[in-house]
Amino acid sequence: MRNFTVLLRHELRALWINPATYLAAVLSLLMLGFFYYITIAEYAQAAQSELPNARFFRFFLFPVVLLVPMLTMKSIAEERRLGTLQTLMTTPIGPTAVVVSKFLAAYIFYCAVWGVALAYPLLTVLVLPQADLRPLLLEPGSLLGGYFFITTSGMLFVALGIFTSSLTRSQLIAGMLSFSAIFLLIIGVTAIEHIAPGLGSWKQFSGEALAYLQTFDHYEDAVHGMIDLRPLIYYFSTTALILALSSLVVEAKS
Amino acid sequence: MTLSEPTHSIEARGLTKFFGATAAVKNVSFEIAPGEVVGFLGPNGAGKSTTLRMLSGLLRADHGEAYVNGISVARNPTNVKRQLGFMPENNPLPEDLRVIEYLRYRARLKDVPSKERAKRIDEVLEACDLQRTARRKLIGSLSKGFRQRVGLADAILSKPAVTILDEPTIGLDPHQILQIRKLIENLKGRTTVMLSSHILSEVEISCDRVIILNRGVIVASGAPEALRHEFFPGSRYEAEIAGDPETLIQSMSAAGFECDLDDPATKEEASSDFRKVCLNFKNKDDLSEQLVKRITSTEGLRLKNFNSQPVKLEDIFLAATRRSWEVEMQPTPSETPDETETNKEDAQG
Repeated sequence: MRNFTVLLRHELRALWINPATYLAAVLSLLMLGFFYYITIAEYAQAAQSELPNARFFRFFLFPVVLLVPMLTMKSIAEERRLGTLQTLMTTPIGPTAVVVSKFLAAYIFYCAVWGVALAYPLLTVLVLPQADLRPLLLEPGSLLGGYFFITTSGMLFVALGIFTSSLTRSQLIAGMLSFSAIFLLIIGVTAIEHIAPGLGSWKQFSGEALAYLQTFDHYEDAVHGMIDLRPLIYYFSTTALILALSSLVVEAKS
Repeated sequence: MTLSEPTHSIEARGLTKFFGATAAVKNVSFEIAPGEVVGFLGPNGAGKSTTLRMLSGLLRADHGEAYVNGISVARNPTNVKRQLGFMPENNPLPEDLRVIEYLRYRARLKDVPSKERAKRIDEVLEACDLQRTARRKLIGSLSKGFRQRVGLADAILSKPAVTILDEPTIGLDPHQILQIRKLIENLKGRTTVMLSSHILSEVEISCDRVIILNRGVIVASGAPEALRHEFFPGSRYEAEIAGDPETLIQSMSAAGFECDLDDPATKEEASSDFRKVCLNFKNKDDLSEQLVKRITSTEGLRLKNFNSQPVKLEDIFLAATRRSWEVEMQPTPSETPDETETNKEDAQG
C-alpha cells in the first residue's frame, strides 16, 4: 500500500508537470464554457421544459472524447517507449499497482476539470442580477445527478484510456484508440439500438442488453435525480475488468 | 517456501525461453556464490539479456527455475525484487526528473527505510561520483556517462544482496569505464554482482568468473585462468619473421617442438619481407629462449620480433563460441551426407 501511495504521488506529479494536461484542461473547459453559454442563451430566448443543468451535462460526450485521451495516452505507452516501465517493474511492485496508480491519477485530474466546470453556474449566478436564477442554475438535484453520472461514467472512460495506452508504444495511436473506444461506447450503442429492429428474434434480448449499456439513458436517469444501482454496477465492474486486462497487458509486455 | 538452500546467491536450473518458434535461451544452468562477481559474455543475440531478465523476474521462463538467495523467482517475484538491484540494458530513465528526485522516488519504491533514505542516497551519489556534479540536474540533460552512473546508483540504492548489470559500460569513454570498474571493485564482497559486457578486458579485470553464452547455450564457464587451461592448454608466441612459414614449421618439428601456426598476415604485411605469425605449442613451459635460438639458426628465416602471447579473455571468448558453432555444424548420425551439405550452406549463407 505504501508503494502504491508513492506511485500515485509520482503519477499525479507527472500529470501536474505535463503541458498536455493543461492543454487538455483548458480546451475541455473552453468547450464546456461554450456549451454552457449556448444552454443559457437558449433559456434567455424562451422558456424550456427541462433544467439548464440537465441540458448542459448532455454535452458531456465532447469534452470526454477530448479530455480522456489527452490525459491517458501518455501514461503507459510513453513509459514503454522509453523503457522506464521495465525499470519500474524491477522494484517490488506489481503491474496492478502500476495500472491502478496511473488510472487514479488520470481520474483525479478528470474529476478536477469537471469540478472547475462548476464555476460556470456559480459565476453566472454571481454576475447576473435576476433573483430567480439561483434556484434554476444551482438546482441541487440536477447538479448532483449530473456530477454523479460524470464521475461514475468517467471511471470507465479513463480505464479505457489506460487500457488503450497499455496496448502500444505510440502515444498517438493510444490517443486515437482511446478516442475511438469511448466514441463507440457512447454513440455505437445508440446507433445499434436504432438498427435493433433488424435483429429479428434477438430483438428483445439485444434491446435489454443495449439499454443496460446505453450511456445516454444512464445520463437521463441521473440528471433527473434517479440514482439507479444497475449503471453503477455496470461502470464499476467494467472499469475493474478493463483495469485487470490492462495489468495483464503490462505484465506480458513489460 | 523455498526449494533450495540459500547457499547460492543466484541459481539457474535449466532456464529455457522461446520467442515464437525460436529458442532464445536453451536449458541454461549455473550457480553464483555470495559475494562473487561474475561476467556474463556472449555475442549479440546470444540470450544474455533474456537470461538476466528471467533472473530478475521481468520475463517468465518457459521451462526451468531460477532462485535468488534461495527464493524462487517464478513463485515469489516480489520478494526476489527486494533482493535485487537491476540495471537494464540501455538504462532507461525518466527525462523530466532531477537525479535527486529520481533516487528519492526509487528509494521509496524499493522500501529503503525513511530514516536511512537521505543517508543512503548521499552514499550512492558519492559512490557514483554524482554528488557534486549532477545531484540537481535534470536526467534528460545528462550525458550518456552520467546517465549510466544514475542507473548504477539506482541499482545499488537499496544495498541489494544481488546486483545485476546489463551492459553497464556500453557507450562510455575509457575514463568513465575506469570509474565503473572501480565502483564494481568496491562492490566486491559486499554484494553478488552479475554483469554482462562486450568489453572483455573490463570483465577480465573485474570478474572472478565468466559465463560465456552462445545461441542461448552456455559454451564455457569458470575462472578466466581455468578457461585459459581448457581452451589453450599450451603456450603461444608471436614472431615477426621473414621467410617461408613452412620452413619455420619444419624447423620446429625437427627440433622436437610440435606447433600450429596462425598466420594473421594482412595484405600489406604479406607483400613486405617480414610478417607476424602466431605459434601455438602443446607444451606449457616457457620455450622462448630455445625458440629464438632455433629460428635465428634456421637457414632462410630472419627474426625481427619475438614475444610470448598471453591468452586474453577475447581469445577464450572466440574459441568458445567457435567451438559451439563447430559442434552445431557436425552432422548427426541420422543426417545423410547430402543433408549435411545443405545445412552447411544454409549456415554459411
